Amino acid sequence: MVKLAEWRGKEVFRKYGVPLPRGAVARSVDEAESLVRSGRVPLPCVVKAQVLAGGRGKGGAVRFASTPEEARSAATAILGLDFKGEKVRELLLEEKLAFTRELYVSITLDRARRLPVLMTSGRGGVEIESVPDAEIDRQPIDPFPGLAGYERRRAAHALGLSGDTARSLDRILDALWRAFQGEDAELVEVNPLALVDGGLVALDAKVIVEDDAAFRHPEYADIRDDRTPLEEIAREKEIAFVQLDGNIGVIANGAGLTMATLDVLKEFGGDPGVFLDLGGTDDPKKVTEAFLLMAQAKPRAVFLNIFGGVTRCDTVATGLVQAMGQVAPEDRFPLVARIRGNNEKEGIEILRAAGVVAVPSLKESAQATVAAARGAT
Amino acid sequence: MTVLVDRDTRVVVQGITGHQGTTHTRQMKAFGTQVVAGVTPGRGGSEVEGVPVFDSVQEAVDRTGANASCIFVPAPWAKDALLEAVDAGIRLSTVVTEHIPFHDMLVMYHYAKAKGTRIIGPNCPGIASPGKSKVGIIPNVVFRPGRVGIISRSGTLTYEIVNGIKEHGLGQSTCIGLGGDPVVGTSFVDALPFFENDPETDLVVLVGEIGGTAEEDAAEYVKHHFSKPVVAYIAGRSAPEGKRMGHAGAIITRGKGTAESKVAALEQAGARVARFPYDVPDLVADALAQRGRR
Repeated sequence: MVKLAEWRGKEVFRKYGVPLPRGAVARSVDEAESLVRSGRVPLPCVVKAQVLAGGRGKGGAVRFASTPEEARSAATAILGLDFKGEKVRELLLEEKLAFTRELYVSITLDRARRLPVLMTSGRGGVEIESVPDAEIDRQPIDPFPGLAGYERRRAAHALGLSGDTARSLDRILDALWRAFQGEDAELVEVNPLALVDGGLVALDAKVIVEDDAAFRHPEYADIRDDRTPLEEIAREKEIAFVQLDGNIGVIANGAGLTMATLDVLKEFGGDPGVFLDLGGTDDPKKVTEAFLLMAQAKPRAVFLNIFGGVTRCDTVATGLVQAMGQVAPEDRFPLVARIRGNNEKEGIEILRAAGVVAVPSLKESAQATVAAARGAT
Repeated sequence: MTVLVDRDTRVVVQGITGHQGTTHTRQMKAFGTQVVAGVTPGRGGSEVEGVPVFDSVQEAVDRTGANASCIFVPAPWAKDALLEAVDAGIRLSTVVTEHIPFHDMLVMYHYAKAKGTRIIGPNCPGIASPGKSKVGIIPNVVFRPGRVGIISRSGTLTYEIVNGIKEHGLGQSTCIGLGGDPVVGTSFVDALPFFENDPETDLVVLVGEIGGTAEEDAAEYVKHHFSKPVVAYIAGRSAPEGKRMGHAGAIITRGKGTAESKVAALEQAGARVARFPYDVPDLVADALAQRGRR
């Protein structure tokens, strides 16, 4: 999941032909002022922080300006702001448009139906969660014909639009559908889609593109959500890594097993904080890499829970013991390992000989991990 | 035919010459599966693990009578591989490949559905029926023939639970690992009728995860259409709030998708819900004993 900042989302909209206010991006106060002075951004204008979190308006991250001086002071106030943990580094300046209606339009995936769904509402400009179901129109889209003309007309009718405005919506919906497919998006959302003199204009843009489609979208390769350095290394090694508060590290293979391990640790009073999910693999090399990565996160204790399918447990255990030798003595931590599968007994013996707590039961392993984390305080 | 596979299932492995394809061809054969062909474009005429390799699925079907496929083809080419299998008349395809874009999977799912091919997966362990056949990657060691059916959205957690059932002295009729991707070829609701109609299954274990509404939908189905006992486990009760697909995603699910919602729905449908994976075998044994007494 890669969320695009508003201005990037609007670049996508522009590419597919969704009407936008005139505007430009600034990365400094001087740049913001000169965009206005040069007329590239007409006055009055709106100055918006380019952050991913919502609630910018209420949070003081959106300001209005009628003069170049006001644009400058708005930029000064917003740039560098810490907005819900995100530092504001970019601004979007746009002409301020007077509108008479605010609509909501989005296309996303309906997992249960296994179809994309177009959602429209006459109640735009507010958080869509606060809008009652009855005021949201849902139109499933068959991926083969795509969003059909009659379906777009139906949506316009549901919003009470007619004439030129209905035709404007028709073009916008077609553009959004092409953007949803063409950009491999999980979500394209316009909120609000404003009715101004002369038609409909997207005042905001929310586009989320899918990570799994990165192989055909090199243009998004440089966008990174804020990751810690360890998370970045994990990503390169294709290990899912989540760092939270808590002092127990968990290494497991598979999301379900990782979550189940977490559930059991919590039950016994543990406080898991770092999760490494190797995916479905029991590749000994990957287990070892995960272990070394975990060591850098400095947990109090680590619970390694691997269900082996193809690889032999003794091979995994041997790799693990070798990896333990690579951790500096001051960085070592108690390790509880549970490796199930082929040659389980041999694996357990190798681990025990190296001072690792190794028991086959999930319950006992979890209890041992919690005890070890407490003992290390 | 018990649940989707039996001794007559004839498997073509797509991507057989890759590391995973080769390894699991060996494992499937050891399980007793009839692996009759492999396909890797450009490698036709060779042999892997004693299995003849062809350049296309159509050729494999024509020459060996393959009727099921197991796909290990990397994500960028997985859609093409599945479409090829569908057009060659393959009836059941397990897609093991992970990281397939859901836009590709939408096309794969609706195309296969229109042409009458069932997809299991993607990003899944596949299907196995001990003593009969396996089309996928579930470890052979966890199985023992028996009468418990398993349907799971997880991978390794499935192995854990299937293994727990074996260690408890019970056995399995058929196990299906559906995969946990946003768009799956077979859901709980799609799979449940096969088990309802399977004379070799006495009880079904559902293994779910937080996110989506597949478990709630399954509960609804169980409540109205499923006559056999159901035991369930939902992973992720204590997980921190995870990724959400933005606001629009939240309004599709509206309060569903949490562990609490799933557990409540399943219990309301009469399922026994285990708090932890290791509680599943006892609940299964209890439910079977109670059924036996009736």
